[in-house]
Amino acid sequence: MIKLVVDFFGDERHAKTRRRLFYLVLVLIVIADFLVFRARAEYLWERLPGWSAFYGFGSCVLLIFVSKFLGHQCGLMRREDYYD
Amino acid sequence: MTDFVHPGLLFILGALPIPFLKGSVRKAYVLLIPTLAILAVLTMHPGSYGVARFIGQEIIVAEVDKLSILFATVFSIMALIGMVYALHLTHAGQHIAAFVYVGSALGVVFAGDYLTLFLFWEGMTFASAYLVFAQRSGQAFRAGFRYLMVHITGSVALLGGIVLHGFGTGSLLIAPIEGGLGFATCLILAGFLLNAAVPPLNAWLTDAYPEATVTGAVFMSAFTTKTAVYVLARAFPGTDLLVWLGTVMALYGVIYAVLENDCRRLLAYHIVSQVGYMVAGIGIGTEMAVNGAVSHAFAHILYKALLFMGAGAVIHVTGRRKLTELGGLYRTMPVTLALYMIGAFAISAFPFFSGFVTKSMVVAAAAQDHRALVVLALTMASSGTFLHTGLKLPYYMFFGTDQGLEAREPPRNMLVAMGMAAVLCIAIGVFPHTLYALLPHPVDFEPYTGVHVTESLGVLMFTALGFVIFLRALDPENTISIDTDWFYRMGARQFMWLAEKPLARYEKAVSDVSETAALPFLHGMARAGLRIDLHGVDAFVNGVARSILRGGLALRRLQSGVVTHYALAMVAGVIAAIAIFAVAWR
Repeated sequence: MIKLVVDFFGDERHAKTRRRLFYLVLVLIVIADFLVFRARAEYLWERLPGWSAFYGFGSCVLLIFVSKFLGHQCGLMRREDYYD
Repeated sequence: MTDFVHPGLLFILGALPIPFLKGSVRKAYVLLIPTLAILAVLTMHPGSYGVARFIGQEIIVAEVDKLSILFATVFSIMALIGMVYALHLTHAGQHIAAFVYVGSALGVVFAGDYLTLFLFWEGMTFASAYLVFAQRSGQAFRAGFRYLMVHITGSVALLGGIVLHGFGTGSLLIAPIEGGLGFATCLILAGFLLNAAVPPLNAWLTDAYPEATVTGAVFMSAFTTKTAVYVLARAFPGTDLLVWLGTVMALYGVIYAVLENDCRRLLAYHIVSQVGYMVAGIGIGTEMAVNGAVSHAFAHILYKALLFMGAGAVIHVTGRRKLTELGGLYRTMPVTLALYMIGAFAISAFPFFSGFVTKSMVVAAAAQDHRALVVLALTMASSGTFLHTGLKLPYYMFFGTDQGLEAREPPRNMLVAMGMAAVLCIAIGVFPHTLYALLPHPVDFEPYTGVHVTESLGVLMFTALGFVIFLRALDPENTISIDTDWFYRMGARQFMWLAEKPLARYEKAVSDVSETAALPFLHGMARAGLRIDLHGVDAFVNGVARSILRGGLALRRLQSGVVTHYALAMVAGVIAAIAIFAVAWR
C-alpha cells in the first residue's frame, strides 16, 4: 500500500496522471475558497477569495529568488572549504 | 506513597546503572525509565515540591502547574521515542548523555527558582555537547567545541542576570518579569534567547545539530530550544520585542533553508523558523497566543523529531548527508519516506496534521491582536516551510536524480520510533481538543472551519505550484552558507593570527633585545660586581682583619706578667695624661 502510493509519486510513467491530479486539486481549492462561509474578516485580504492561493504562490517565488539573490549576490553561499 | 516523583531525577539517577547493563536488559531498562517518567508526569498534581532555603533564598525544585505538566508530558514522550530510535546503539555513552540531557531539560521545566533552573540549564549544555562529540569526527569535535563555547558564554550572561536580578528584587523565584527590561533582565533574556536560537544568536544550532550523531540529533532537536521557549513563556510573556524577533526568526530560517545542501542543516534552519512562531506567540502574550506558542512547541517536538529521524535514517543507511549526493531512494526506502512525509505535512500545517491545529493558533492570535504584518510574515514562513521540508528535501533526497545508492529500510527500532511520532502527529491533528485540554489557558479556538482549511490548502498547494515551476532554481548546490557563526569562527581565526603573528613577533623582538643588549649588560654588571667584591670589599675586610690580628699580637707582647712593668706603664700613663691635660686643656 505504502509502496504503491510512493511509486505513484516517484515513477515516471505516472507523471501525466500526477500532473493532472495536481492541477485538479489546485482548481478545486480555489473553487472551494469562493464557496466557503467567511464569518468575520479582520483584514481586507481575508475577504478576497483566492487570496491565499495567490499569496502562497507569491511567497514561494519571493522566498526562492530573494534567498538565491542573498546567497549568490550578497555572498552568503561559499565554497564548502571556506572555513578550512 | 509519595505525592511527587521528579521525572528529571528519574532520568539523571537512572543513567547511573546503564554502563553496567548489557544486551536486552539494557534495552529494556532504557525504555523502562522514560515509561516510568511518563507515568510520573501523568499522575502528578499541581503544587510546590522540594521547597528549601539556600544562601538565604527560597528554592523550589519542582513547581508543578499546567504549563510545566504540558512540557514534561511531551518531553518524556519524546524521550521514549528517542530511546526507541537509539535502541540499536551498542555503546552506553550516548544513552547516558541522552538520559542526563532529558533529565536536565525536565529539571528546567519544573524549576521554581532561577538557581535550580541554572543548575539544570548547565546539565543540558554539557550532556547535549556529548551527543555532538560522540560522532567522533574532526568536524564534529570542532562543532561541539564551538557549541560548548557559545552555550557557556550564554550561561555566564544568564548567571550574571540571575545574580543581579536576585540582588535587585530580593527573590530568585521565577515569575513574569515586571517593570520593563533592566540590565539584569536583559542578561537573563539574552541567555534564554541564545538557547532559543533567536538570530543573531542562532548559529550554534545550525552549526552543531547536523554534526551530531544520527540518534543524538533527534534528542537535540527536541529539548534545548523548547526549554528556552518554556522559560520565555514563564518569565517574558507579552514582551513586545519577542514578537518582532520571532517574526524575523520565522523568515530567517526559511531563507537560509533555500540555500542549504546538508539535509539535517536544512531541518535545523526550520527549527529556527518554527521556534520563531513560538517566540512571537509569547511576545504577543495574550492567552490565545501563549496557548498557541506552547501547543506549537508540543507539536513541534514530535514532528521535528520525526523529520530528524527520517533524515537520520537516510544518513544511517547511505552514509551521505548532502542533497547533491542523494536521490532516488523512494524505491528502497518507501516506509521511511512515508513516515518522513507525515512529519513534513505536520510541520507544514496540512489539515489533520498537528501543525494545523497549533501553528494556526499563533497566527490567529496575531490577527486578533491587530498585527497584520506579523500575520503576513508568519503565513509566508508557512509557505517556505512546506517548500523546503515538504517539497525540496524529500524531492532531492528520495526522488530527483537517481544516484544508484544501495539502500534499504533502516533497523526496525528506527522505523518503530518514527511510527510512534507519526501516530502522534496525526492524532494531535485529528483530535486537537485532547491537546487543547492540556494548555495553560482556556481555549477558544476552532481550527477546522471551512475558510481556515481552504486558506491553508491554498497557501500550501500553490506553494507546491511555485516549486514545480521553479524546480531548477531550487537545485541544491555544493556550498555552505555564512551565518552569524562567521563572526566567532573568523574572529577566533583573527585572534589566533594576532597571537601567532604580531604578538609572537613582538614577543620575539622583546626576547631578542633582552638577549643581545640586556643580557650582556647584566652579565658585565655581574662580572664588575664580582670584581669589586673580590678585589675591593674582600681586600678591605681581609686588610682590617689582618691589622686587628697584628695589633692583637703586638698587645700580647705587652702582657709580660711582671708587676714593675705594669707599674711603670701606669706611671707613664699618668704622666702622659697630665701632659695631655696640661697642654690640650689649657
